[in-house]
Amino acid sequence: MNARTIFRFDASRLGDLLDGIAERGYRLLGPVAREGAVVYDELGGADDLPRGWRDHQDPGRYRLERSDRNLFFEFNMGPHGWKKYLLPAEEPLWRALWRGEEMLFEETNVDDGKRAFIGVRACELAALAMLDRVFGEGDFRDDRYLARRANLFIVAVNCTRAGRTCFCTSMDTGPEARSGFDLVLTEVAHGGAHFFQVAAGTTRGDALLDALAFEEASPADRNLAKRLLDEAARSMGRHLNTGGLPERLAGSGEHPHWQRIAARCLACANCTMVCPTCFCNTVVDRPALDGRSAERIRCWDSCFSADFSYLHGGSIRQSTGSRYRQWMTHKLSSWVDQFGASGCVGCGRCIAWCPVGIDITEEAERIGEELS
Amino acid sequence: MKYHEIKDLLRQCHGFATLCEEDLDLMAKCGVNAVFREGQLLAQEGHPADLFYLIRNGKVAIETHVPHRGTVTLQSLGTGEVVGWSWLFPPYLWMFDVRALEDTRVISLDGKCLREKCEANHSLGFRLMKTFMGTLVARVHDARLQVLDVYHSPQGG
Amino acid sequence: MSNGHVLTPVATEVLSVRHELRDTATLSLLPPPGGAPFAPGQFSMLYVMGLGEIPISLSGDPAESGLWIHTIRGVGNVSQALVRAIPGDRIGVRGPFGSAWPLDRARGRDVLVVAGGIGLAPLRPLIYRLAAEPEAYGRITVLYGARTPEDILYFHQLQAWKESARFHVRVTVDSGADDWSGNLGPVTHLISPVDFDPASVVVFTCGPEIMMRFVIRLLLGLGVAGERIFLSMERNMKCAVGFCGHCQYGPHFVCKEGPVFGYDQVAHLLAEKER
Repeated sequence: MNARTIFRFDASRLGDLLDGIAERGYRLLGPVAREGAVVYDELGGADDLPRGWRDHQDPGRYRLERSDRNLFFEFNMGPHGWKKYLLPAEEPLWRALWRGEEMLFEETNVDDGKRAFIGVRACELAALAMLDRVFGEGDFRDDRYLARRANLFIVAVNCTRAGRTCFCTSMDTGPEARSGFDLVLTEVAHGGAHFFQVAAGTTRGDALLDALAFEEASPADRNLAKRLLDEAARSMGRHLNTGGLPERLAGSGEHPHWQRIAARCLACANCTMVCPTCFCNTVVDRPALDGRSAERIRCWDSCFSADFSYLHGGSIRQSTGSRYRQWMTHKLSSWVDQFGASGCVGCGRCIAWCPVGIDITEEAERIGEELS
Repeated sequence: MKYHEIKDLLRQCHGFATLCEEDLDLMAKCGVNAVFREGQLLAQEGHPADLFYLIRNGKVAIETHVPHRGTVTLQSLGTGEVVGWSWLFPPYLWMFDVRALEDTRVISLDGKCLREKCEANHSLGFRLMKTFMGTLVARVHDARLQVLDVYHSPQGG
Repeated sequence: MSNGHVLTPVATEVLSVRHELRDTATLSLLPPPGGAPFAPGQFSMLYVMGLGEIPISLSGDPAESGLWIHTIRGVGNVSQALVRAIPGDRIGVRGPFGSAWPLDRARGRDVLVVAGGIGLAPLRPLIYRLAAEPEAYGRITVLYGARTPEDILYFHQLQAWKESARFHVRVTVDSGADDWSGNLGPVTHLISPVDFDPASVVVFTCGPEIMMRFVIRLLLGLGVAGERIFLSMERNMKCAVGFCGHCQYGPHFVCKEGPVFGYDQVAHLLAEKER
């Protein structure tokens, strides 16, 4: 646990905290309620947060509903992940152009400036740490990703409520944020009181808290927060038995259940779009009409698309079953070989946003079952 | 002298590596040297298959004639390889033509005599069968790989 | 890599073009400035203005570091444009990327090279190395299979190697016309333990996946250990540096851990059916 001091402040002062971050030059990004979902977007301040909303999620189902508790962070998460700010869904990488007879390449600058993520959940911190490994820790580094990453201020929020599609405890990523944040908040409503507990994870976080001069949290406050987190951990809507799962999935190539999933799966790629760790991308070349230049765009791609595995003459993975198998075995099995941990953080987005309600925890369980 | 020479050649043949001295003796006694000039037929489709060959030196083609396509070569066989197994199975008729692609020296073996010995001595028969099955399996794999046409250029792209 | 972002190509000039086959050409390029010398088996990414970028293995002599040579078979938009290139054309290049043939493993041992179709291209730098110092190895055998006599890549080069008498070169075709008097049959048919000691030979193979599966099983049957068999794999690639996810092959990224793999690394994947 964090050896840093834990402070508390009244919920009415959340705005002061966000303003303090903004005053340090960070553009605030965080959850807003829009078009029936919580999505991540620009925040003007605490008033833009989806206060009084909570989500209700089930396989193939997501609803926002009003809550009389009027909390800032009673919802869990919507379809957006923070990856959209670090690996934009569409991003120009460079432009090739003719200057006379010569071909030139002009790189597109990354100038997103300093940005603060407000309300990052524990599972999402785990997803960010995973993206750091993919783009920042191999033999090759993605300078664009790293430039954006270096300019982040991260305010985590502990989950005091687990959704019906949540299983972060199975993946050992939550519900409590353990690392990877500048500040971590726990929202507590008890009796008549509504306050936040806050602790810093970095010296930048310390500096901000020093400036705001919040009072230290009492042992009673801390107990209250701890009870909420324990309760959230106990009320996970889903569970995934991860013991031996990577090995079981790696050897499951011919399991008949893949075909049963394929019969339901629409190969729509929703699961890969909402997954906070799915990083696969492709490039598109957009030539100018005069043929004198062409722009190279990197955009999100999905292993569910036919083109994804295209190799002179056709796709290696022709069937939906084979694509779903690729997705799930990568996420839960080969990811461990590649990056030292599961690619699944237990956020449950793929379950809620699957139009036919395919549940990764249930399917992994089935595939894991021995063939009779 | 001829007999010992033939036995040595049989022993060196990879396909016969599993046979014992006694078997090699017996086979060598069924063998004689022969030479085929380029273009000459070693075997002819539909003719009695009483012989088979071990190529000492040279190259032969397994061929057949297809109406409108003419002569089609199915496979070439070279030094150290065994040609022919039709002598082992009824109706003991060659299925294909075998033509020398260049001047080719072979040991010609009396299959008819060998198959009669195999019938009389099942233990010998089993060992010879196993030997020829190995060749057969390799040829079937080759044929299957050929049928797959693996280097074919994909259309479109 | 050069100073730019790993995903940004460097402009280079096509110095010469050699038309190898009906649909295949070999381009000589100036390597990217500051680029690392390439090792046999590695590949680079070639970009054609406005059309896109594809991975192509380096197929030249590694000793000639001043030239990057790529043999390209025109099967898609980009590869067809590259095959049509003429000297003086400008294209983009990044690389070299990927793993190399572990030639050191073969020193002092018999070497068997089994290539099929365009798969001879990624093996050619390795054959140049073998040809440069054949005395460092035991018996060297190069086996090559093509579809028809018209599809035999580097025909004259193969002929020259064959005549050098420093190693065995045998070529076969799957089907040939009447005037073909060479070997006829799949490349597996050329594999003979007369050429090597199965207990110590080191094998390098590249060709269509199905061909490599046949080759490898035949070799295993002859007693060649899987740990001495190396193959080169091919998958869709966009970035070549492990960012895009396209080239995943089981737990491997073909662009980073491959394209050259030890058979033991991928044995379980070769049998896996993607449908």
